[in-house]
Amino acid sequence: MKNDQNPPSLEAIRLNRRRFLGYAGATVGASALLIAGCKKDDDDDNNNGTPIDPNAVNLGSGDIGVLNYAYALEQLEAAFYTQVVANFGASDLSAAERSLLNDIQKHEVAHRDLFKGALGSNAIKDLEVNFTSIDFTKRASVLGTAKAFEDLGVSAYNGAGKLLVSSDYLLLAGKIVSVEARHAAAIRHLLNPFSADFAGTDVIDGNGLDLARTPSQVLAIAKTYVKTPINASNLPTS
Amino acid sequence: MSILKLIDNLDAGQTNTADLNQPTSRREGLFTMGGFGSTVLAAAIPTFLLNMLPKETIADAMAAPQDAVIDVLNFALTLEYLEADFYIKGTGSNSNITSKYRAVFDEIRKHESAHVAVLQQTITKLGGTYVPRSNFTFDFTADGAFPDPFSAGQFGTFLALSQAFEDTGVRAYKGQAGVLMTNNDVLTAALQIHSVEARHAAMVRLIRADQGDILTKPWITGNSRGLMPGATQDVYNGEEKTNQTPTGAYDFNAVTEAYDEPLTMQQTLDIAGLFLD
Repeated sequence: MKNDQNPPSLEAIRLNRRRFLGYAGATVGASALLIAGCKKDDDDDNNNGTPIDPNAVNLGSGDIGVLNYAYALEQLEAAFYTQVVANFGASDLSAAERSLLNDIQKHEVAHRDLFKGALGSNAIKDLEVNFTSIDFTKRASVLGTAKAFEDLGVSAYNGAGKLLVSSDYLLLAGKIVSVEARHAAAIRHLLNPFSADFAGTDVIDGNGLDLARTPSQVLAIAKTYVKTPINASNLPTS
Repeated sequence: MSILKLIDNLDAGQTNTADLNQPTSRREGLFTMGGFGSTVLAAAIPTFLLNMLPKETIADAMAAPQDAVIDVLNFALTLEYLEADFYIKGTGSNSNITSKYRAVFDEIRKHESAHVAVLQQTITKLGGTYVPRSNFTFDFTADGAFPDPFSAGQFGTFLALSQAFEDTGVRAYKGQAGVLMTNNDVLTAALQIHSVEARHAAMVRLIRADQGDILTKPWITGNSRGLMPGATQDVYNGEEKTNQTPTGAYDFNAVTEAYDEPLTMQQTLDIAGLFLD
Protein backbone atom coordinates (compact mmCIF):
# COMPACT_ATOMS: atom_id res chain seq x y z
CA MET A 1 0.00 0.00 0.00
CA LYS A 2 1.39 3.32 -0.95
CA ASN A 3 0.24 5.02 2.23
CA ASP A 4 -3.40 5.91 2.36
CA GLN A 5 -3.22 8.92 0.15
CA ASN A 6 -3.53 9.07 -3.55
CA PRO A 7 -2.42 11.15 -5.32
CA PRO A 8 0.73 11.71 -3.32
CA SER A 9 1.24 15.01 -1.65
CA LEU A 10 3.58 16.50 0.84
CA GLU A 11 0.61 16.89 3.16
CA ALA A 12 0.18 13.16 2.98
CA ILE A 13 3.69 12.70 4.19
CA ARG A 14 3.19 15.08 7.05
CA LEU A 15 0.00 13.34 8.03
CA ASN A 16 1.65 10.04 7.77
CA ARG A 17 4.53 11.19 9.88
CA ARG A 18 2.15 12.48 12.51
CA ARG A 19 0.36 9.21 12.49
CA PHE A 20 3.61 7.37 12.82
CA LEU A 21 4.74 9.52 15.70
CA GLY A 22 1.42 9.04 17.41
CA TYR A 23 1.44 5.31 17.13
CA ALA A 24 5.10 4.55 17.43
CA GLY A 25 5.39 1.97 20.09
CA ALA A 26 1.87 0.73 19.74
CA THR A 27 2.85 -1.14 16.60
CA VAL A 28 5.95 -2.69 18.02
CA GLY A 29 4.15 -5.90 18.79
CA ALA A 30 3.01 -6.33 15.22
CA SER A 31 4.28 -9.44 13.62
CA ALA A 32 6.66 -9.09 10.77
CA LEU A 33 10.15 -8.82 9.68
CA LEU A 34 12.76 -8.43 12.28
CA ILE A 35 16.35 -8.32 11.44
CA ALA A 36 17.93 -9.77 14.47
CA GLY A 37 21.62 -9.14 14.63
CA CYS A 38 23.71 -11.76 16.33
CA LYS A 39 24.47 -9.49 19.17
CA LYS A 40 26.61 -11.74 21.28
CA ASP A 41 26.95 -9.27 24.10
CA ASP A 42 23.25 -8.78 24.41
CA ASP A 43 22.04 -10.07 27.71
CA ASP A 44 18.54 -10.93 26.64
CA ASP A 45 16.77 -12.92 23.95
CA ASN A 46 18.27 -14.00 20.69
CA ASN A 47 15.26 -13.20 18.57
CA ASN A 48 14.94 -16.50 16.89
CA GLY A 49 12.09 -15.30 14.83
CA THR A 50 8.98 -14.55 16.80
CA PRO A 51 8.64 -11.56 19.05
CA ILE A 52 10.24 -8.33 18.00
CA ASP A 53 13.23 -7.34 20.02
CA PRO A 54 12.21 -4.36 22.14
CA ASN A 55 15.69 -3.01 21.50
CA ALA A 56 15.28 -3.18 17.75
CA VAL A 57 15.54 0.06 15.86
CA ASN A 58 12.15 0.76 14.33
CA LEU A 59 12.52 2.30 10.88
CA GLY A 60 8.97 3.65 11.02
CA SER A 61 6.30 3.84 8.36
CA GLY A 62 5.56 5.76 5.18
CA ASP A 63 8.21 7.86 3.51
CA ILE A 64 9.93 8.42 6.84
CA GLY A 65 10.37 4.67 7.18
CA VAL A 66 11.79 4.38 3.68
CA LEU A 67 14.21 7.25 4.30
CA ASN A 68 15.30 5.60 7.56
CA TYR A 69 15.85 2.40 5.62
CA ALA A 70 18.12 4.26 3.19
CA TYR A 71 19.77 6.00 6.14
CA ALA A 72 20.52 2.61 7.72
CA LEU A 73 22.20 1.39 4.53
CA GLU A 74 24.18 4.60 4.12
CA GLN A 75 25.31 4.34 7.74
CA LEU A 76 26.59 0.86 6.98
CA GLU A 77 28.41 1.94 3.82
CA ALA A 78 29.90 5.06 5.39
CA ALA A 79 31.15 3.08 8.38
CA PHE A 80 32.70 0.49 6.09
CA TYR A 81 34.57 2.92 3.86
CA THR A 82 35.67 5.02 6.81
CA GLN A 83 37.30 1.94 8.23
CA VAL A 84 38.79 1.08 4.83
CA VAL A 85 40.39 4.49 4.60
CA ALA A 86 41.59 4.35 8.22
CA ASN A 87 43.38 1.09 7.42
CA PHE A 88 45.18 2.27 4.27
CA GLY A 89 48.49 2.26 6.18
CA ALA A 90 48.32 -1.50 6.65
CA SER A 91 46.62 -2.48 3.40
CA ASP A 92 47.83 -3.83 0.09
CA LEU A 93 45.53 -1.63 -1.98
CA SER A 94 47.19 0.23 -4.86
CA ALA A 95 47.38 4.02 -4.97
CA ALA A 96 44.78 4.14 -7.74
CA GLU A 97 42.44 1.94 -5.74
CA ARG A 98 42.89 4.07 -2.63
CA SER A 99 42.07 7.17 -4.60
CA LEU A 100 38.75 5.74 -5.75
CA LEU A 101 37.94 4.38 -2.29
CA ASN A 102 38.73 7.76 -0.76
CA ASP A 103 36.20 9.38 -3.06
CA ILE A 104 33.59 6.74 -2.33
CA GLN A 105 34.07 7.21 1.41
CA LYS A 106 33.29 10.91 1.05
CA HIS A 107 30.23 10.20 -1.07
CA GLU A 108 28.80 7.74 1.43
CA VAL A 109 29.39 10.10 4.35
CA ALA A 110 27.60 12.84 2.41
CA HIS A 111 24.67 10.48 1.76
CA ARG A 112 24.51 9.40 5.40
CA ASP A 113 24.59 12.92 6.74
CA LEU A 114 22.02 14.06 4.23
CA PHE A 115 19.49 11.49 5.43
CA LYS A 116 20.27 12.23 9.04
CA GLY A 117 19.62 15.91 8.44
CA ALA A 118 16.49 15.33 6.37
CA LEU A 119 15.00 12.98 8.95
CA GLY A 120 15.73 15.24 11.89
CA SER A 121 14.06 13.93 15.01
CA ASN A 122 12.62 11.01 13.01
CA ALA A 123 16.08 9.62 12.31
CA ILE A 124 16.95 6.23 13.72
CA LYS A 125 19.90 6.09 16.09
CA ASP A 126 23.43 5.27 15.01
CA LEU A 127 23.65 1.60 14.13
CA GLU A 128 26.32 -0.61 15.58
CA VAL A 129 28.18 -2.41 12.81
CA ASN A 130 29.88 -5.77 12.77
CA PHE A 131 32.85 -5.94 10.41
CA THR A 132 34.57 -8.92 12.03
CA SER A 133 34.29 -10.88 8.78
CA ILE A 134 36.30 -8.27 6.87
CA ASP A 135 40.11 -8.13 6.70
CA PHE A 136 40.72 -4.44 6.15
CA THR A 137 44.41 -5.04 5.34
CA LYS A 138 43.59 -7.24 2.38
CA ARG A 139 42.62 -5.85 -0.99
CA ALA A 140 40.53 -8.87 -1.89
CA SER A 141 38.49 -8.66 1.29
CA VAL A 142 37.98 -4.90 1.04
CA LEU A 143 37.03 -4.86 -2.64
CA GLY A 144 34.91 -8.00 -2.33
CA THR A 145 32.93 -6.44 0.49
CA ALA A 146 32.69 -3.11 -1.32
CA LYS A 147 31.27 -4.88 -4.37
CA ALA A 148 28.67 -6.63 -2.22
CA PHE A 149 27.68 -3.39 -0.48
CA GLU A 150 27.41 -1.37 -3.68
CA ASP A 151 25.39 -3.97 -5.56
CA LEU A 152 23.19 -4.34 -2.49
CA GLY A 153 22.71 -0.58 -2.27
CA VAL A 154 21.74 -0.33 -5.93
CA SER A 155 19.20 -3.13 -5.61
CA ALA A 156 17.84 -1.59 -2.41
CA TYR A 157 17.21 1.83 -3.95
CA ASN A 158 15.79 0.24 -7.10
CA GLY A 159 13.35 -1.75 -4.97
CA ALA A 160 12.47 1.11 -2.65
CA GLY A 161 11.57 3.72 -5.26
CA LYS A 162 8.00 2.48 -5.58
CA LEU A 163 7.54 2.60 -1.80
CA LEU A 164 7.92 6.37 -1.72
CA VAL A 165 4.96 8.73 -1.91
CA SER A 166 6.85 11.98 -2.33
CA SER A 167 8.29 12.64 -5.77
CA ASP A 168 10.88 14.87 -4.12
CA TYR A 169 12.18 11.94 -2.11
CA LEU A 170 12.04 9.72 -5.18
CA LEU A 171 14.21 12.21 -7.04
CA LEU A 172 16.61 12.36 -4.13
CA ALA A 173 16.87 8.57 -4.08
CA GLY A 174 17.43 8.68 -7.83
CA LYS A 175 20.30 11.13 -7.45
CA ILE A 176 21.96 8.74 -5.03
CA VAL A 177 21.30 5.37 -6.64
CA SER A 178 23.09 6.19 -9.87
CA VAL A 179 26.17 7.16 -7.90
CA GLU A 180 25.95 3.86 -6.03
CA ALA A 181 25.79 2.16 -9.43
CA ARG A 182 28.88 4.10 -10.54
CA HIS A 183 30.63 2.86 -7.40
CA ALA A 184 29.54 -0.71 -8.11
CA ALA A 185 30.86 -0.57 -11.66
CA ALA A 186 34.17 0.96 -10.54
CA ILE A 187 34.74 -1.62 -7.80
CA ARG A 188 33.87 -4.43 -10.18
CA HIS A 189 36.33 -2.99 -12.67
CA LEU A 190 39.08 -3.00 -10.03
CA LEU A 191 38.38 -6.68 -9.40
CA ASN A 192 38.15 -7.61 -13.07
CA PRO A 193 39.51 -4.80 -15.25
CA PHE A 194 37.92 -3.90 -18.59
CA SER A 195 35.71 -6.97 -18.56
CA ALA A 196 31.94 -7.25 -18.89
CA ASP A 197 31.83 -7.71 -15.12
CA PHE A 198 31.16 -4.00 -14.43
CA ALA A 199 27.56 -4.90 -15.23
CA GLY A 200 27.86 -8.66 -14.91
CA THR A 201 25.17 -11.21 -15.51
CA ASP A 202 25.07 -11.83 -11.74
CA VAL A 203 23.38 -8.43 -11.36
CA ILE A 204 21.96 -7.57 -14.79
CA ASP A 205 19.30 -9.84 -16.26
CA GLY A 206 18.59 -10.73 -19.87
CA ASN A 207 16.38 -7.67 -20.24
CA GLY A 208 19.27 -5.40 -19.32
CA LEU A 209 17.71 -4.66 -15.92
CA ASP A 210 19.67 -4.24 -12.70
CA LEU A 211 18.53 -6.01 -9.54
CA ALA A 212 15.70 -4.63 -7.40
CA ARG A 213 15.30 -6.04 -3.89
CA THR A 214 12.66 -5.59 -1.22
CA PRO A 215 13.69 -4.19 2.16
CA SER A 216 13.35 -7.61 3.77
CA GLN A 217 15.65 -9.15 1.15
CA VAL A 218 18.17 -6.37 1.58
CA LEU A 219 18.15 -6.38 5.37
CA ALA A 220 18.51 -10.16 5.46
CA ILE A 221 21.78 -9.73 3.55
CA ALA A 222 22.91 -6.66 5.46
CA LYS A 223 22.40 -8.17 8.88
CA THR A 224 25.76 -9.94 8.67
CA TYR A 225 27.28 -6.50 9.06
CA VAL A 226 24.84 -4.84 11.46
CA LYS A 227 24.71 -5.68 15.17
CA THR A 228 21.74 -3.48 15.97
CA PRO A 229 18.49 -5.31 15.29
CA ILE A 230 16.31 -3.47 12.78
CA ASN A 231 12.53 -3.59 12.75
CA ALA A 232 11.33 -2.93 9.22
CA SER A 233 7.81 -4.24 9.81
CA ASN A 234 6.11 -0.88 9.39
CA LEU A 235 7.62 -0.05 6.02
CA PRO A 236 5.22 0.24 3.11
CA THR A 237 5.19 -2.80 0.86
CA SER A 238 4.11 -1.22 -2.40
CA MET B 1 -1.20 12.18 -23.28
CA SER B 2 -1.61 15.60 -23.37
CA ILE B 3 1.09 17.82 -24.52
CA LEU B 4 0.07 20.02 -21.64
CA LYS B 5 0.98 17.27 -19.33
CA LEU B 6 4.15 16.66 -21.25
CA ILE B 7 5.20 20.23 -20.93
CA ASP B 8 4.36 20.24 -17.29
CA ASN B 9 6.48 17.16 -16.95
CA LEU B 10 9.24 18.83 -18.83
CA ASP B 11 9.40 21.24 -15.96
CA ALA B 12 9.10 18.81 -13.14
CA GLY B 13 12.77 18.13 -12.72
CA GLN B 14 13.85 21.60 -13.48
CA THR B 15 13.29 23.27 -10.17
CA ASN B 16 16.77 22.52 -8.96
CA THR B 17 18.75 22.63 -12.15
CA ALA B 18 19.12 26.37 -12.01
CA ASP B 19 18.32 26.76 -15.69
CA LEU B 20 21.82 27.72 -16.49
CA ASN B 21 21.12 28.20 -20.12
CA GLN B 22 17.59 29.44 -19.93
CA PRO B 23 16.82 33.00 -18.97
CA THR B 24 13.16 32.13 -18.42
CA SER B 25 11.83 28.81 -17.38
CA ARG B 26 9.47 27.05 -19.72
CA ARG B 27 6.68 27.10 -17.17
CA GLU B 28 7.04 30.81 -16.81
CA GLY B 29 7.04 31.24 -20.56
CA LEU B 30 3.82 29.32 -20.94
CA PHE B 31 2.12 31.13 -18.17
CA THR B 32 3.22 34.44 -19.51
CA MET B 33 1.76 33.62 -22.86
CA GLY B 34 -1.39 33.10 -20.91
CA GLY B 35 -2.87 30.37 -23.03
CA PHE B 36 -2.69 26.71 -23.66
CA GLY B 37 -3.57 26.91 -27.32
CA SER B 38 -1.97 24.32 -29.52
CA THR B 39 0.00 26.92 -31.41
CA VAL B 40 1.72 28.07 -28.29
CA LEU B 41 2.38 24.53 -27.27
CA ALA B 42 3.63 23.47 -30.63
CA ALA B 43 6.03 26.35 -30.64
CA ALA B 44 7.38 25.24 -27.32
CA ILE B 45 8.25 21.74 -28.40
CA PRO B 46 10.93 20.76 -30.87
CA THR B 47 9.42 19.82 -34.18
CA PHE B 48 11.03 16.46 -34.32
CA LEU B 49 9.38 15.56 -31.04
CA LEU B 50 5.99 16.53 -32.37
CA ASN B 51 6.58 14.40 -35.43
CA MET B 52 7.62 11.50 -33.29
CA LEU B 53 4.66 11.39 -30.99
CA PRO B 54 1.51 9.57 -31.97
CA LYS B 55 -1.08 12.00 -33.26
CA GLU B 56 -3.66 11.29 -30.59
CA THR B 57 -1.09 12.46 -28.15
CA ILE B 58 -1.23 15.92 -29.53
CA ALA B 59 -4.99 15.88 -29.87
CA ASP B 60 -5.83 14.77 -26.38
CA ALA B 61 -5.47 17.63 -24.02
CA MET B 62 -6.68 15.86 -20.90
CA ALA B 63 -3.98 13.57 -19.73
CA ALA B 64 -4.67 10.33 -17.98
CA PRO B 65 -1.69 9.30 -15.85
CA GLN B 66 -1.25 6.24 -18.04
CA ASP B 67 -0.76 8.48 -21.06
CA ALA B 68 1.91 10.42 -19.26
CA VAL B 69 3.64 7.15 -18.44
CA ILE B 70 3.51 6.06 -22.08
CA ASP B 71 4.93 9.37 -23.21
CA VAL B 72 7.85 9.03 -20.84
CA LEU B 73 8.42 5.49 -22.07
CA ASN B 74 8.45 6.70 -25.68
CA PHE B 75 10.89 9.40 -24.70
CA ALA B 76 13.11 6.78 -23.05
CA LEU B 77 12.73 4.52 -26.07
CA THR B 78 13.99 7.29 -28.33
CA LEU B 79 17.14 7.60 -26.23
CA GLU B 80 17.59 3.84 -26.26
CA TYR B 81 17.24 3.78 -30.08
CA LEU B 82 20.01 6.35 -30.23
CA GLU B 83 22.26 4.38 -27.92
CA ALA B 84 21.51 0.99 -29.45
CA ASP B 85 22.20 2.31 -32.95
CA PHE B 86 25.42 3.91 -31.77
CA TYR B 87 26.81 0.72 -30.24
CA ILE B 88 25.62 -1.53 -33.08
CA LYS B 89 27.57 0.68 -35.48
CA GLY B 90 30.47 1.03 -33.06
CA THR B 91 30.92 -2.69 -32.55
CA GLY B 92 30.21 -3.54 -36.21
CA SER B 93 32.51 -4.92 -38.86
CA ASN B 94 34.72 -1.84 -39.15
CA SER B 95 34.85 -1.30 -35.42
CA ASN B 96 37.73 0.77 -34.14
CA ILE B 97 37.30 -0.51 -30.60
CA THR B 98 40.54 -2.08 -29.46
CA SER B 99 40.47 -5.62 -28.11
CA LYS B 100 41.20 -4.41 -24.58
CA TYR B 101 37.78 -2.72 -24.38
CA ARG B 102 35.78 -4.96 -26.68
CA ALA B 103 34.00 -6.93 -23.95
CA VAL B 104 32.76 -3.75 -22.32
CA PHE B 105 31.16 -2.36 -25.46
CA ASP B 106 29.70 -5.69 -26.53
CA GLU B 107 27.99 -5.83 -23.14
CA ILE B 108 26.73 -2.27 -23.38
CA ARG B 109 25.35 -2.92 -26.87
CA LYS B 110 23.46 -5.96 -25.57
CA HIS B 111 21.95 -3.95 -22.74
CA GLU B 112 20.81 -1.07 -24.93
CA SER B 113 19.16 -3.42 -27.40
CA ALA B 114 17.47 -5.22 -24.50
CA HIS B 115 16.24 -1.87 -23.18
CA VAL B 116 14.69 -1.11 -26.55
CA ALA B 117 12.78 -4.39 -26.46
CA VAL B 118 11.67 -3.95 -22.85
CA LEU B 119 10.37 -0.46 -23.48
CA GLN B 120 8.53 -1.46 -26.65
CA GLN B 121 6.90 -4.38 -24.85
CA THR B 122 5.95 -2.25 -21.88
CA ILE B 123 4.34 0.43 -24.02
CA THR B 124 2.36 -2.19 -25.91
CA LYS B 125 1.30 -3.86 -22.68
CA LEU B 126 0.00 -0.55 -21.39
CA GLY B 127 -2.11 -0.17 -24.51
CA GLY B 128 0.08 2.50 -26.04
CA THR B 129 1.81 2.84 -29.38
CA TYR B 130 5.56 2.94 -29.38
CA VAL B 131 7.44 5.20 -31.73
CA PRO B 132 8.83 2.98 -34.48
CA ARG B 133 12.56 2.71 -34.89
CA SER B 134 12.18 3.57 -38.56
CA ASN B 135 11.18 7.10 -37.52
CA PHE B 136 14.77 7.85 -36.71
CA THR B 137 17.93 8.32 -38.65
CA PHE B 138 20.84 9.23 -36.46
CA ASP B 139 23.70 11.43 -37.47
CA PHE B 140 26.52 10.79 -35.03
CA THR B 141 28.55 13.67 -36.37
CA ALA B 142 25.78 15.98 -35.12
CA ASP B 143 25.79 17.75 -38.45
CA GLY B 144 29.55 18.02 -38.53
CA ALA B 145 30.12 19.01 -34.90
CA PHE B 146 32.08 15.79 -34.41
CA PRO B 147 34.19 13.65 -36.74
CA ASP B 148 32.53 10.38 -37.76
CA PRO B 149 33.05 8.36 -34.55
CA PHE B 150 33.12 5.07 -36.47
CA SER B 151 35.83 6.03 -38.94
CA ALA B 152 39.43 4.93 -38.63
CA GLY B 153 41.40 6.79 -35.99
CA GLN B 154 38.29 8.19 -34.28
CA PHE B 155 38.09 5.88 -31.30
CA GLY B 156 38.50 8.93 -29.07
CA THR B 157 35.42 10.51 -30.60
CA PHE B 158 33.53 7.27 -30.18
CA LEU B 159 34.46 7.21 -26.49
CA ALA B 160 33.52 10.84 -25.97
CA LEU B 161 30.09 10.32 -27.51
CA SER B 162 29.61 7.12 -25.58
CA GLN B 163 30.32 8.89 -22.31
CA ALA B 164 28.05 11.77 -23.28
CA PHE B 165 25.18 9.41 -24.16
CA GLU B 166 25.53 7.37 -20.98
CA ASP B 167 25.82 10.35 -18.64
CA THR B 168 22.84 11.92 -20.44
CA GLY B 169 20.84 8.71 -20.13
CA VAL B 170 21.39 8.60 -16.38
CA ARG B 171 20.19 12.17 -15.96
CA ALA B 172 17.26 11.74 -18.35
CA TYR B 173 15.76 8.68 -16.64
CA LYS B 174 16.22 10.35 -13.28
CA GLY B 175 14.31 13.39 -14.44
CA GLN B 176 11.25 11.31 -15.42
CA ALA B 177 10.99 9.05 -12.37
CA GLY B 178 8.34 11.23 -10.75
CA VAL B 179 6.00 10.87 -13.71
CA LEU B 180 6.17 7.10 -13.44
CA MET B 181 5.04 6.99 -9.82
CA THR B 182 1.51 6.13 -10.89
CA ASN B 183 2.71 2.71 -12.05
CA ASN B 184 4.94 0.83 -9.63
CA ASP B 185 6.04 -1.84 -12.10
CA VAL B 186 7.03 0.68 -14.73
CA LEU B 187 8.78 2.87 -12.17
CA THR B 188 10.80 -0.06 -10.90
CA ALA B 189 11.76 -1.18 -14.40
CA ALA B 190 12.84 2.36 -15.25
CA LEU B 191 14.98 2.50 -12.12
CA GLN B 192 16.49 -0.85 -13.07
CA ILE B 193 17.46 0.57 -16.46
CA HIS B 194 18.66 3.81 -14.89
CA SER B 195 21.26 2.11 -12.70
CA VAL B 196 22.51 0.05 -15.64
CA GLU B 197 23.06 3.28 -17.58
CA ALA B 198 25.02 4.55 -14.59
CA ARG B 199 27.19 1.44 -14.60
CA HIS B 200 27.84 2.00 -18.30
CA ALA B 201 28.68 5.64 -17.70
CA ALA B 202 31.17 4.77 -14.95
CA MET B 203 32.85 2.13 -17.09
CA VAL B 204 33.16 4.31 -20.16
CA ARG B 205 34.61 7.07 -17.99
CA LEU B 206 37.20 4.61 -16.67
CA ILE B 207 38.12 3.72 -20.23
CA ARG B 208 38.46 7.37 -21.18
CA ALA B 209 40.74 7.86 -18.17
CA ASP B 210 42.75 4.84 -19.31
CA GLN B 211 42.99 6.44 -22.75
CA GLY B 212 44.51 9.63 -21.39
CA ASP B 213 41.79 11.82 -19.90
CA ILE B 214 43.39 11.03 -16.58
CA LEU B 215 41.35 13.36 -14.40
CA THR B 216 38.11 11.68 -15.42
CA LYS B 217 36.68 9.56 -12.66
CA PRO B 218 33.76 7.12 -12.74
CA TRP B 219 31.62 9.86 -11.17
CA ILE B 220 31.03 13.42 -12.34
CA THR B 221 33.00 16.12 -10.57
CA GLY B 222 31.36 19.54 -10.57
CA ASN B 223 30.15 20.24 -14.09
CA SER B 224 33.44 19.16 -15.59
CA ARG B 225 33.47 17.46 -18.96
CA GLY B 226 37.20 16.76 -18.61
CA LEU B 227 38.82 16.67 -22.04
CA MET B 228 35.51 16.00 -23.78
CA PRO B 229 34.65 18.24 -26.75
CA GLY B 230 33.05 21.56 -25.85
CA ALA B 231 29.85 20.55 -27.62
CA THR B 232 29.18 18.07 -24.80
CA GLN B 233 29.11 20.67 -22.03
CA ASP B 234 25.30 20.65 -21.85
CA VAL B 235 25.53 17.08 -20.64
CA TYR B 236 27.29 18.32 -17.50
CA ASN B 237 25.72 21.68 -16.77
CA GLY B 238 23.84 21.51 -13.51
CA GLU B 239 25.86 18.61 -12.14
CA GLU B 240 27.78 21.05 -9.94
CA LYS B 241 24.79 21.53 -7.67
CA THR B 242 25.44 20.98 -3.99
CA ASN B 243 22.05 21.66 -2.47
CA GLN B 244 21.81 18.18 -1.03
CA THR B 245 24.37 18.70 1.71
CA PRO B 246 24.98 21.74 3.89
CA THR B 247 27.76 23.70 2.31
CA GLY B 248 31.03 24.37 4.05
CA ALA B 249 31.44 21.21 6.04
CA TYR B 250 32.12 18.99 3.06
CA ASP B 251 34.56 18.75 0.23
CA PHE B 252 32.91 20.54 -2.70
CA ASN B 253 34.04 18.09 -5.35
CA ALA B 254 32.97 15.08 -3.33
CA VAL B 255 29.52 16.50 -2.70
CA THR B 256 28.93 17.20 -6.39
CA GLU B 257 30.12 13.69 -7.20
CA ALA B 258 27.87 12.13 -4.57
CA TYR B 259 24.67 13.10 -6.44
CA ASP B 260 23.80 12.82 -10.10
CA GLU B 261 21.41 15.57 -11.11
CA PRO B 262 18.35 15.16 -13.34
CA LEU B 263 17.77 16.61 -16.78
CA THR B 264 14.32 17.67 -17.88
CA MET B 265 12.81 16.12 -20.98
CA GLN B 266 13.46 19.33 -22.84
CA GLN B 267 17.10 19.54 -21.78
CA THR B 268 17.58 15.93 -22.82
CA LEU B 269 15.93 16.46 -26.18
CA ASP B 270 18.10 19.50 -26.77
CA ILE B 271 21.13 17.24 -26.35
CA ALA B 272 19.83 14.16 -28.15
CA GLY B 273 18.24 16.25 -30.88
CA LEU B 274 21.69 17.16 -32.17
CA PHE B 275 22.08 13.59 -33.33
CA LEU B 276 18.76 13.31 -35.10
CA ASP B 277 18.76 13.83 -38.81
